[in-house]
Amino acid sequence: MARDFDPSGRLPDFFTNAGTSSFTQFLTHAAPELLPGRRPLPPGLSAGDVAPHGTTIVALTTAEGVVMAGDRRATMGNLIASRDIEKVHPADAHSLIGIAGTAGIGIELMRLFQVELEHYEKIEGMMLSLDGKANRLAGMVRGNLGAALQGLAVVPLFAGYDLSPADPAKVGRIFSFDVAGGLYEETGYDSIGSGSLFAKSALKKKYRPGISTDEAVRLAVEALYDAADDDTATGGPDLTRKIYPVVMSATAQGTHRLSEEEINAVAEQVVAGRMENPGG
Amino acid sequence: MQFYASPEQVQRDRSEYARKGIARGRSAVVLTYEGGILLVAENITTLRKISEIYDKIGFAAVGRYNEFESLRRAGIRMADVNGYSYDRRDVTGRGLANAYTQTLGAIFSETQKPYEVEICVAQVGASPEADELYRITYDGSVMDEPGFMAMGGQAEAISNVLRERHDTNAGLTEALALAAEALGSVGGENGTPRRLESKQLEVAVLDRRRKGRAFRRIAGQSLITLLQGDAEVPEEKLGDVDAAPPPPAEDKPTVSAAPVLEEPRPGPKSDDPQEPADDVNGDGS
Repeated sequence: MARDFDPSGRLPDFFTNAGTSSFTQFLTHAAPELLPGRRPLPPGLSAGDVAPHGTTIVALTTAEGVVMAGDRRATMGNLIASRDIEKVHPADAHSLIGIAGTAGIGIELMRLFQVELEHYEKIEGMMLSLDGKANRLAGMVRGNLGAALQGLAVVPLFAGYDLSPADPAKVGRIFSFDVAGGLYEETGYDSIGSGSLFAKSALKKKYRPGISTDEAVRLAVEALYDAADDDTATGGPDLTRKIYPVVMSATAQGTHRLSEEEINAVAEQVVAGRMENPGG
Repeated sequence: MQFYASPEQVQRDRSEYARKGIARGRSAVVLTYEGGILLVAENITTLRKISEIYDKIGFAAVGRYNEFESLRRAGIRMADVNGYSYDRRDVTGRGLANAYTQTLGAIFSETQKPYEVEICVAQVGASPEADELYRITYDGSVMDEPGFMAMGGQAEAISNVLRERHDTNAGLTEALALAAEALGSVGGENGTPRRLESKQLEVAVLDRRRKGRAFRRIAGQSLITLLQGDAEVPEEKLGDVDAAPPPPAEDKPTVSAAPVLEEPRPGPKSDDPQEPADDVNGDGS
């Protein structure tokens, strides 16, 4: 864990000083080896195909908050590395994070972000604002730029319920990022990952502002189906193995992951619909 | 002029200094009840004496604010680093108590001025028997307390009230009434008990039935209802971990740095903003 333990057994100064409320900033003093993006990679190599890649995530704003869904496939070159990876997670009580790109780094980033939010909340006795959370995540993505240029890129999608919104009609908000740490607020819906082009096209035709959470869940699964239809790296609903997308919502009541039965019902409806009309 | 002071004398002086500092402050009690661990501090300010450390671990302190605040931060940092590099289940109250006792012990013996604090690390378990309460004092000594403890000025008198009436099978309402009564049993004029109101109390629970983060603050209307004792507050009304973030600034600062003249939005209400803020410092509060 921490370096430089005092021989007296006392916790080192950087533990007790007022310092920062940010966990990542604290780690730069206490245990920099735990931070992603700090490991020097051999120059000139591309690590692109050695690690599994996560693929498509979609997010939609609803009347009550946001819905985020992700397919379950991870690929390694032309192979399927995993059929049941989970790429959508709660970031804290009112927000969600989805990851696309190098799975290992993405999962590390997501875990670190979860601790970051909780750490701030505990130290300050107050949650970060939704914009604050998004900015923090942008900073963490920026820290990974070096690795991204060598093929280990990861891009998150962040969405949440805004507890103190500037506009009461806009409680659900979505933020997207680029590998350089650029932060963009999206209107209505967004998607990231290899199948995002197709998912976004599907959402563009069907999405309406102010839809209910149930409708948004259906649209998200439809969009992932369309992405899987045209992108080999995105997995569709797997009826034989009962592997369905991970779908989560964030509302005033907190985050909620759809149960197996709930998502099973939606996925079967979507597949049944495509039996009659393959284009949706 | 005195040139030599025996080590015993130095230790005694430091102990006395720390004890006096702690005794000046208001007290806090921690006790187990059927549904978890209840942490109650007498505190009229918005600065906090009770805090969440980790999923099942809470923290309560009395004494000098700046000193226990730095210990609280250290505890949260240590717990989060361990939980991040191992697993959430590997963060324990005992580990934290060990770090605190080492730190306080080193400060006591090595520095001129000891910390004037007494802290409690509480870890909630699956049943009241599995709960752990650690009392760590200014000199780094640690005690494993049996289900209840009082800290601060006149802790002994408060402990006596708790010792007589503490019941691990009591509900939250009963436990809170006992805690409030115990805290109010001292400090009244001519020894008469005081009746503490919701504004004078800082209350939180570590709820043993909750998955994940067990710490919940009880404030505002829920606390008033609970203190009246005539109704149970439903679980979901017990308030969330902590307050919501402040409302957003009107415009992104990149748009214009000029002040926007508009009515301020209602922010999250603090309990009592009129109270002097330095009252938890352990000097006469």
